[in-house]
Amino acid sequence: MGMNTLQHQPSETNAKPVGQTEKMTLVQAVTDGLRTMMSEDEQVLVLGEDVGTNGGVFRATDGLINEFGDNRVVDTPLAEAGIIGTSIGLAMNGFKPIAEIQFLGFIYPGFEQIVTHAARIRMRTSGRYTVPMVIRAPYGAGIRAPEIHSDSTEAFFVHLPGLKVVAPSSPYDAKGLLIASIEDPDPVIFLEPMKSYRAGREDVPVEKYTVDIGKANVVKKGEDVTLICWGNMVKPTMEAAQKAEKEKDIQAEVIDLRTLYPLDKDTIVQSVEKTGRVVVVHEGHRTGGVGAEIIGLINDHALFYLRSPIERVTGYDVHVPLFALEDHYLPSIDRVYKGIQNVLAY
Amino acid sequence: MEAEFPVVQYISPEGQLNADYAQTYDRQHLMLSYENMLKARVFDRKAVNLQRQGRIGTYAPFEGQEAAQIGSAMALETSDWMFPSYRDHAATLTFGHSLMNVLLYWAGRVEGCMPPEGKHIFPPSVPIATQIPHAVGAAWAEKLKGRTGASIVYFGDGATSEGDFHEGLNFASVFHAPVVFFCQNNGFAISVPVSRQMKSKTIAQKALAYDIPSVRVDGNDVLAVYEETKKALDRARKGEGPTLIEAVTWRYGAHTTADDPTKYRDQSLSEEKRVEDPLTRVERMLRHNGDWDEEWAQRVSEEMSDRVDNAVKDMEQYPAAEPTFMFDHIFETPTWHIREQRDSIERKEG
Repeated sequence: MGMNTLQHQPSETNAKPVGQTEKMTLVQAVTDGLRTMMSEDEQVLVLGEDVGTNGGVFRATDGLINEFGDNRVVDTPLAEAGIIGTSIGLAMNGFKPIAEIQFLGFIYPGFEQIVTHAARIRMRTSGRYTVPMVIRAPYGAGIRAPEIHSDSTEAFFVHLPGLKVVAPSSPYDAKGLLIASIEDPDPVIFLEPMKSYRAGREDVPVEKYTVDIGKANVVKKGEDVTLICWGNMVKPTMEAAQKAEKEKDIQAEVIDLRTLYPLDKDTIVQSVEKTGRVVVVHEGHRTGGVGAEIIGLINDHALFYLRSPIERVTGYDVHVPLFALEDHYLPSIDRVYKGIQNVLAY
Repeated sequence: MEAEFPVVQYISPEGQLNADYAQTYDRQHLMLSYENMLKARVFDRKAVNLQRQGRIGTYAPFEGQEAAQIGSAMALETSDWMFPSYRDHAATLTFGHSLMNVLLYWAGRVEGCMPPEGKHIFPPSVPIATQIPHAVGAAWAEKLKGRTGASIVYFGDGATSEGDFHEGLNFASVFHAPVVFFCQNNGFAISVPVSRQMKSKTIAQKALAYDIPSVRVDGNDVLAVYEETKKALDRARKGEGPTLIEAVTWRYGAHTTADDPTKYRDQSLSEEKRVEDPLTRVERMLRHNGDWDEEWAQRVSEEMSDRVDNAVKDMEQYPAAEPTFMFDHIFETPTWHIREQRDSIERKEG
């Protein structure tokens, strides 16, 4: 199944653009979103390691330096705290910096800047100073990357007040969510599923459009069970749903969250009220993962609709292994399928 | 290295103006510097007492560091950006922060972080050295906008061990940002002496690695601090990039009111250091020049004392914070999570 079979659903507040489209991969859609916003707003800057002349290690910023110059597409020293910390200063003084961290697993030296400053400056100044910045980071396992490159630690950021956390799964969503993130007046952690960067192409509008932060996408409708996932996990989850439908006539509803903070409570609750059964799929570690928060949300808002305990299909509480074992770490189609069977058999 | 970075001193502890700087004697400026230092000292001592009386929370005193903070802050222009640490109230007050707000902050109210309109004074940074890259970013933004504003960032000797100090200097150097790094080397990072903090003989020399000019200045000499900071700011404004200033000073008292310095240093040292006191040396100099006015000093001190008392009253009468206030500035538009939790407090549901 290619990416183009995952039909994007525009959220209620966003009409789907009707103009010209181009077939794009997810990473090309990211570039297109950056270009769109850099053309529109001179305050938008891109900075990070290798983002300039090299165009980014994944080519996400390819060609931008030629269009916008090295004052707006800035190759920085190799220093995550420096990239994020100076971006905070730029953001407080009128710019909209988009900081690229080469891999999410490398964000930790800059974590303190996110926790102690980016997320708090609005609060500490009662709104006088704000940090309208985006931190982009490829994340997730499955591309045979070296050690530490494959982390999926989105839960760290979901836990922090003052940050929004976005994780698109498709080219259409990547561009629309990136533009929404750049326009957002608060700091946004923008997680790019690197296994999906070139996994397929879909029609992406050439014009500017946004996908609302905080709106999930129901990628497949169904009555029997709700499958909740995001990013790189949408593909195996969809394939497991299709397998369940084909083999057992199970109609699964698949929700691609798209935003991890704030969660789309209404879409989740409405689906649970309909199906009464839930499987949450994520590749981050299980303990304290975003799945636990989703289960908490369902507990708070839809407990008595549940007909079985909620199943979690997740990465294990181990460091993402070196790639010889990463397929065993990652939720597979079979593990998701087993999860579906478990909640239905209860 | 100490020979390469001699401590620049304009006024000796005895109150003698170094002959090289004789032309810098400006009675008005020195009296204003003294006045600002005296006011800061009155404030600081009162703040320590207020903490002892339980009227504010833990407080970070600065007595002994007045010249470093005030000399540098007096060199700033309104369009500049100030990034203080938690000990730099003398600097923020000099740059225009309100007394009441500084007290309000130490009384546990985030509203106290707010500087007056039009003044870029950041909330005191509590983590060590993390404000340094912000100052670089804000300065870089000034440069990109083609403006002449500069940033000054305050930090202590301990901060130079942190990665953010080095990343900040490196970025400033690479991007030629108009920023002044202002280190108050007061000899201790809580209990750890500089000799245990680093093997470098000076902090100023650390700038060599980044090809940034630096200067070591007597941090208890308000005139030297002012002149050297002004030079650094002028360089920044002319597009000549960043400067690191090491102001060698001493803090007489504790790291904070929650700390007992007798555990890690001989406090008689602090009494010996009084001979180098930043206020005393200016007083001596003014006396030498026949410009000292005892009544004036007395009046400044009394007026400041009254001002602080009034600010304390204002602080204590400041309207109590609504519990829901904590939800107001997390995002521009609150998320549903925050709206729900705010509502639960309003309904007292917990």
